[in-house]
Amino acid sequence: MLSLHDIYWSTPDGVPILKGLSLDVPDGALTVVTGPNGGGKTTTAKVIAGIVAPTSGTIMLDGVDVTDLDVTGRARKGISYSFQIPVRFKGIRVRDLIELGAGHALGEEELCSTLSKVGLCPKDYKDREVDATLSGGEAKRIEIASVLARHSRISIFDEPEAGIDLWSFNGLIEAFEEMKKEGGTQVIISHQERMFQIADHIIVVEDGRVAREGTREEVLPTLFSFRHCPMDASVEVRL
Amino acid sequence: MKKESEALLELVADWKGIRESGCAYSIREDGKGIERMSSDDVRIEPKADGSGLDIYVRPGAKGAKAAIPACVTHAGVNDLVYNDFHIGEGADVTIIAGCGVHVKNGEEARHSGIHRFFLAPRSHVLYEEKHVGRGGDRGTKRSIDPVTEVHLDEGSFLEMDTSQIGGVDLSTRKTVATLGPAAKLVVKEHLLTEGDERVTTDFDVVMEGAGSAVDLVSRSVARDHSHQEYRSRIRGEAPCTGHSECDAILTGQGCVLASPALDALCEDASLVHEAAIGKIAGEQIMKLRTFGLTEEEAEAKIIEGFLR
Repeated sequence: MLSLHDIYWSTPDGVPILKGLSLDVPDGALTVVTGPNGGGKTTTAKVIAGIVAPTSGTIMLDGVDVTDLDVTGRARKGISYSFQIPVRFKGIRVRDLIELGAGHALGEEELCSTLSKVGLCPKDYKDREVDATLSGGEAKRIEIASVLARHSRISIFDEPEAGIDLWSFNGLIEAFEEMKKEGGTQVIISHQERMFQIADHIIVVEDGRVAREGTREEVLPTLFSFRHCPMDASVEVRL
Repeated sequence: MKKESEALLELVADWKGIRESGCAYSIREDGKGIERMSSDDVRIEPKADGSGLDIYVRPGAKGAKAAIPACVTHAGVNDLVYNDFHIGEGADVTIIAGCGVHVKNGEEARHSGIHRFFLAPRSHVLYEEKHVGRGGDRGTKRSIDPVTEVHLDEGSFLEMDTSQIGGVDLSTRKTVATLGPAAKLVVKEHLLTEGDERVTTDFDVVMEGAGSAVDLVSRSVARDHSHQEYRSRIRGEAPCTGHSECDAILTGQGCVLASPALDALCEDASLVHEAAIGKIAGEQIMKLRTFGLTEEEAEAKIIEGFLR
């Protein structure tokens, strides 16, 4: 179990973003973190991954305090993070990035399987550089694939749907469901109805704190009365 | 051949594989040619004055290959060699060149290869050139000063992949080219300097023919107190396209000066230059650290990919 207790964090110029945030991420479940823009969702994800060090508060993993572990240490504990805005590298090929994510060289079959999960034709992409020649959607899918390849204990995806076309998004949903079947814990920052539909657990973060959390059945109906919910209220939600 | 030579030649030209492949080759050791072989497609002849080689590639040859690596294994050598490549019409050839210099602490040695390429119409050359320095790292002066002169006739195409990855204390790398109609030149350069090493790259390309094109891309890493200069001049005298790009990563106190220049003398000449110099982006390091790499490991991976 991953738990955050009373986490505070402010920007370098003193703007408070997280204001006593506490939450639990259940093992083996798919947790969707949602809420209004600027509420602290991405910062929460970065705090879990060790990219952002909280000003105060505690992060526990299986009862062990990991607050002081840096991003490398958290990764080695099995926490991985897919960036909202993909990072680009001149010279590093798609194959290289996926293998760095996996932590070892991949056979053609495994490489192709990973890229196919995000809707990319392996032969067209594996030898391309992860640079500015890729479109935003292509770079995003490669970013997600690099995390899928890790088979981490806890995988965090920050708005995985951003820039992804509908066809690839359907494939992505299947990939997340497959990870869930394999027992992986997933934390997905999202505003997407389809993500809510596959969630086991939903956490709403607003103004730097958890505004509500619970099972999908408990939380989803309440999202429609949530004043700042970015979802279009006319969208039909099927439970 | 000396053991040091074998090691250097392996570094610059995958020497053992080439010798066994049956392609044309010539080896130069400490300023002297020591082994030479021609093939059906490539004839290698020494110049009458002993200053270097003439390499002739048969017109229409397909998939031909030639290797002419050189090495300097001890101090006091000042090797200057002139090699001319005559590429027949419609030929397709890979040429592997380069030099390794090995001297100990406090010693000096220099190699300068002047390579001239004459490409007949519709011929194609892939030119791979690698320079390395080995031996001591205190008070050495390993100098490598390659000069590449390229004359591209109508519809010909030369691709040059050149690298110098550490160990060379002082280097001036000059490339001059003249492009005829529909001729194309692509140069990819990879440089790494460390310690107090200094390197200057100087490209001077003139596009005389309509439809000609040049693409110069230099990727470099300047570490420690090393110093690099990138100069390029592309001159368009006809309808043509030209692109010059210098990307450099700085670590420690390394510095890079970039001066790309464009001379457009024809209204249909389309010339572009770009230069990006700076340290490794923090987000790149962070991304690789989310894979469990340390900061040092992440930096090494980024540089390895950048210089590939």
